[in-house]
Amino acid sequence: MTKFKKIFLIILSIFVFISLWEGSIRLFSISNFLLPSPFEVLNSYVSMALSGRLFYHTWVTTVETISGFIFGALIGIVLGYLVSKSKTLDYILSPFIIAAQTTPKLALAPLFLIWFGFGIISKIFITTLIVFFPIFVNTAVAIKSINPNLKDLMKLVHANRWQVFKNLELPSSLPIIFAGLKSGITLAVVGAVVGEFVGANAGLGYLIIFGTGQLNTGIVFTAIVQLVLISIIFYEVVSAIGSRLMKWHHSEKDVHY
Amino acid sequence: MTSSQKIIYKVENLTKTFETARGKVDGLSNISFDVKTGETVVLVGPSGCGKSTLLRIFAHLIEPTKGKIIFKGKNDSHPKNSKFGYIFQRSTLMPWRTIIDNIVLPLEMKGEDKKTTYEKAKKLLKLLNLEKFEHYFPIDLSGGMRQRVAIARGLISDPPVLLMDEPFSALDEIMRQKLDFELLNIKKKTNNTIIFVTHSILEAVILADKIIIMGLNPNTVIGEKIIKLPERTPELLINPIFFKNVAETRKILEKGLKFI
Repeated sequence: MTKFKKIFLIILSIFVFISLWEGSIRLFSISNFLLPSPFEVLNSYVSMALSGRLFYHTWVTTVETISGFIFGALIGIVLGYLVSKSKTLDYILSPFIIAAQTTPKLALAPLFLIWFGFGIISKIFITTLIVFFPIFVNTAVAIKSINPNLKDLMKLVHANRWQVFKNLELPSSLPIIFAGLKSGITLAVVGAVVGEFVGANAGLGYLIIFGTGQLNTGIVFTAIVQLVLISIIFYEVVSAIGSRLMKWHHSEKDVHY
Repeated sequence: MTSSQKIIYKVENLTKTFETARGKVDGLSNISFDVKTGETVVLVGPSGCGKSTLLRIFAHLIEPTKGKIIFKGKNDSHPKNSKFGYIFQRSTLMPWRTIIDNIVLPLEMKGEDKKTTYEKAKKLLKLLNLEKFEHYFPIDLSGGMRQRVAIARGLISDPPVLLMDEPFSALDEIMRQKLDFELLNIKKKTNNTIIFVTHSILEAVILADKIIIMGLNPNTVIGEKIIKLPERTPELLINPIFFKNVAETRKILEKGLKFI
């Protein structure tokens, strides 16, 4: 598909979506209490953007998301690597890791609030916890699924541990780790918003709660639109870093998620 | 091979037993044969007869349970000083490295000078008709080309010995025979001792100075066949002498394999 055609399709689908939205409001005369029209959302978005309020809340959520993502990714990659290398460590850690994943994060959020306060620290903790798991699992799988012939090859050329890591393990596992990072970054936004729902005084999640309290759906929708926008940007950034590091990889050639 | 009749490898009573969840499995039992310097020895046998296992023991990737491989008369079952190139069944190229970077890997890991290793790699690319593809990634090459790159990587450290584990088995027959003759050409220039594993009798006869025929249960040597042929060029494939050798090899194999 040509680049022009791709962009055209994306714009077309957004246009159709907005038309359906606007059309159904007029057709069924839905009150703007329940569902504001796209233009009302745009109006509210622009006025909040101009006042600087939107930027402030976006900034807070961004800091929470990115910090949580980085911590979660680092812990996930390091633990995933270690677990793939040591069966013993795998057995020692797996009950905790699975417990951490199966416990609903929403149930832990109030605890983090008590422990770390209403500020961004508690949100970063929740985000880290949510982000960690897919990256951890993907890293472990990636290292375990390295082509055994290539491992033999590294033995045959008497590569040392560091050489094996740098020349085989790292490049070989990048595609799968990046798949984990991609799902991790979208979960990171969810983590930050969940944290803000439970208790916060800033951030886009807080803005949603605030707008709901005021019965101001314009604010709520503005926050949602902004969340969608930053999620797309974060995802595309992670994706672009991945493509940059893996020019060789076939999944980067024509598949785009 | 009149110039060098010295024995480079002496395989003595080699036995390998694998411990699996279902008990012990015989990988190899009581294998003995000699490999002379400069000789091409081809191991032929049905799937599961342990020919790849044998090659992995040659490469020190696994240890034998019993017996030993004596290298150049030194009584050492683990001759680390034997230099060899190893070519895998499927091209084991690193997809994230360009062709030339794949080829230099063995020397790169030794920390050898970059400039000279690249020069060497370029010469090999020329030898294997791959000059144009220096900066390509493996995914952009056909299976046959990738296997040529794997051979170039095996040759980069000028090893006296090449260990080849069914290197062309994933290719179609036409490509396989083309590469067989290419390998013979390379050998004329480099004079390697080659130990080559295959399940194709045709391929074995094309390449071998000596064929070691292996059977199943027990996985051991059931016969040896010295191959003497006129010049080995593709015309060989329509030469009756060639087919006589194929038939004789096949006969040894069938005699040893009771179930055929």
